[in-house]
Amino acid sequence: MPRRARVPAAVLLIAPSLVVMTALFAWPLVVGVGQAFSGPDGATTAYVRRMLDDPYFWPAVRNTALLVVVLVPLQFAFALTMALLLRERPRFHGVHFFVWVLPLAVSDLAAGLVWLSVFADRGYLNSTLDHLGLDGYAWLSYQNTTSMFLTVVVAELWRSTSLVLVIVVAGLQGIPKDYDEAAAVFGASYWQRLRHVVLPQLRPSLQVALILRTILALETFAVAQALTGRNLPLLVGETYEWYNVLQNPNVASAIALVVLAVSMLAAVGYLRLLRDRTVTR
Amino acid sequence: MSAVVVRNLVKTYSGGDRAATDDVSLEVADGEFLVLVGPSGCGKTTLLRMVAGLETPDSGTVSIGGRDVTDLPARQRGLSMVFQSYAIFPHMRVRQNIGFGLTMRKVPRDEVDRRVKRAAELLHLEEYLDRYPAQLSGGQRQRVAVARAIVVDAAVLLMDEPLSNLDALLRLQFRAELKRIVSQLGTTTLYVTHDQAEAMSLGDRVAVMREGKVTQLGTPLEVYDRPANQFVGGFLGSPPMNFLTARVHDGTLAVGDVALPAPDHLSTWDGRDVVVGVRAENIQVATDPAEGWVPAKVEVVEPTGAALLLTVRLAGEQLKVQAPATFPAQPDAGVHLRATPSALRFYDPSTGIALTADLTP
Amino acid sequence: MSRRRRWSRAAVQAACVAITLFMGVPLYLITLAALSSRESLNRFPLPLVPTDPSTETMSTFLRSTGVTGGFLNSLTVGLGTVVLALVVGVPAGYAVARYAFRGRDTYQLSLLLIRALPIVVLSVPLARVFLDTGLYDTTYAVMLIHTALALPTTVLITAAIFVGVPREHEEAAMIFGATAPQAFLRVVAPQALPGIAAAAMFAFMLSWNEVLGATVLTLNQRTLPAQVLTTLSDSPLAYRFAGGLALVLPAVVFIAVMRRYLLNMWGTTLR
Repeated sequence: MPRRARVPAAVLLIAPSLVVMTALFAWPLVVGVGQAFSGPDGATTAYVRRMLDDPYFWPAVRNTALLVVVLVPLQFAFALTMALLLRERPRFHGVHFFVWVLPLAVSDLAAGLVWLSVFADRGYLNSTLDHLGLDGYAWLSYQNTTSMFLTVVVAELWRSTSLVLVIVVAGLQGIPKDYDEAAAVFGASYWQRLRHVVLPQLRPSLQVALILRTILALETFAVAQALTGRNLPLLVGETYEWYNVLQNPNVASAIALVVLAVSMLAAVGYLRLLRDRTVTR
Repeated sequence: MSAVVVRNLVKTYSGGDRAATDDVSLEVADGEFLVLVGPSGCGKTTLLRMVAGLETPDSGTVSIGGRDVTDLPARQRGLSMVFQSYAIFPHMRVRQNIGFGLTMRKVPRDEVDRRVKRAAELLHLEEYLDRYPAQLSGGQRQRVAVARAIVVDAAVLLMDEPLSNLDALLRLQFRAELKRIVSQLGTTTLYVTHDQAEAMSLGDRVAVMREGKVTQLGTPLEVYDRPANQFVGGFLGSPPMNFLTARVHDGTLAVGDVALPAPDHLSTWDGRDVVVGVRAENIQVATDPAEGWVPAKVEVVEPTGAALLLTVRLAGEQLKVQAPATFPAQPDAGVHLRATPSALRFYDPSTGIALTADLTP
Repeated sequence: MSRRRRWSRAAVQAACVAITLFMGVPLYLITLAALSSRESLNRFPLPLVPTDPSTETMSTFLRSTGVTGGFLNSLTVGLGTVVLALVVGVPAGYAVARYAFRGRDTYQLSLLLIRALPIVVLSVPLARVFLDTGLYDTTYAVMLIHTALALPTTVLITAAIFVGVPREHEEAAMIFGATAPQAFLRVVAPQALPGIAAAAMFAFMLSWNEVLGATVLTLNQRTLPAQVLTTLSDSPLAYRFAGGLALVLPAVVFIAVMRRYLLNMWGTTLR
């Protein structure tokens, strides 16, 4: 006698999460698109045009793009180096790992404030230079755009590399030692093993980390706010400005959608670029 | 009365190209120890899990003790089970693990203690009662799993490859102990294994499964000595049964250049090929030729300690032959073989099914 | 050990120390700054060692308007986020781990996509939605957005944890007399508890640190980061340093407790 199909208990269990996701993700997304493209008189591109005409917009785009392009590769090289150093199991590697991972839990605002104490005109960096008999420098002054940019890069490097580090370390731990040992037996040098055995197997971890970090880098906000205020325009900073100060949620939404679009493009780009070609579809 | 009766059980997993169990019917008599054996994917574990109530069949019924339990959840079937991975709860001490089934059934505390103690003694776990599973070896954890299963005194005991995670020596030791314990208890037992030696040593009866069906059901001796088809002959026994193609001609079997007398029931196969099955231990081997003995060439000599396992080539086919340990065999040497006529088995080349005296092609 | 090995070991250690200094010194400096008297902060150059330790800066900060309120709000929002995220996320994680339901892959994929969604895209429209529903400027609003942010990670982490508890344990429990809920409570939950605690701490930290959403969605009921952010441009340096330390301290505690789980969480969520 054929059995009745079982009532899917699974559906009941995931139902609340689906409700939350629809109410708090899908719905606001729709509202956001509405805010950006429709005003009191119906559909309009007025807000988009206002956004594009704003003198701070294109610099914000440029700075954000530059930040991502400079920061992300730097972070990955840094995180990879750190992970490989840990892999050698030096003495005190537990302590080292603990300190390296500390910034993981630090909020971006706090990170900005921490580096503010370093880069402020009368901060610790200039104090150290003074102790060494050198002149200080106005790192955060709006006239020195390059150094402003660099302080944000350094602060973000300090704060967010630990995320990539944890992902890479976890990924490395998942690689069986056998492959590396086999390569060594067959005569591969350290760098050859790194390039041909370790890195390819890290690809899935790196892919995830890249997508996450790029999208997060596009959203750099509080760090810059703490260090440079509005002197270094960034996309999310502009969103905040339009919403909070200029009281214009429509243009704010428009800018937010730009961030979303770029994020999605980046994610798709990474997925294609780092596709696993060894698996047949 | 706690016989297990399985009728027409069919189960197909979604994404599977054939049924995991294909209309299987089976009866385990009260107090019997029945072993399900077969290669991986043959459906034996699926069958066990359907009896346990951990999987629901697409169609068919399961009865225990005359009661139809097909729609009942596992805990209402009056069963006990030992899992392949033991499934011992790491957050409970050995004592609580063993007593779990009793605690769940609200058995009074002092009785639980008493019965747990008795089961622990039976399995030599008395000193470990207050330890955590992480502090035990694999073999000890296995004993805890068995203790937990026997302490509840269930009507039916199910075991899913309980010995397969033990190393070879432990496996052999515990196999005998398990057999002793279960026969002492007299519980109806359904046991699954992929190890044919284990199946034969433990079961009152053995069910050989393949691709979702039971291909033969019988006592260990029956299935070993009279395989119902080529698959069973090749699956049971170490080394597996040898199979040769021979042509029936005029009342003789042509094996290579030698003609052997063919049994009467093959007369209808005159002019056709049959498959001859014979076990390594039923072939006698000699260095010198003799009347009715077949010449062959030795390829590999493997001493097993108790005997010599020879791989020989005969008429283009490879055979395994068991010789006495002192037999002077060398690779590339010529030897002569003879098989006891009563030990020969015959199979239909196209279906693999045994040709017995009552069957006509 | 050969000479070459000794050199390379020393080089590795030196590199590690250098990186540790890079990571650790700023934390030392902010602590130094926040625990110096206001007067010493006005001096230049700043001393690099604690010459004038005082709790003056911190206490002024803590007494500033909105700071204690901010602390309390952050705490409330954090705990609320944890409760909501667990109530919604743990059952979903269990479903993903145990049931191979149709659409499971799609569900997991959408969770990953959502986790990658920029929060900025949600904050502004959500402000509008909350305004309309009267939830604007309440801790509930912030709790909800934080729960939404924490949910994908919570589901994926708890799913990985439940996968780590073998299904056979539940089956064994049910063979020996437990109903499905009993099997979960007696056998699965005790084993999953450490991991769920880790997921809870993770959700709490996410909420505690979140700045943008909290700022956009509140006016008077600000969390601590929102409070500090909105008063940034008007506040003196000392205030900002003190705020920095106040925000950093929980992070240090968090990492000290969570060290062991970090790698497990990331390792398993990636599979």
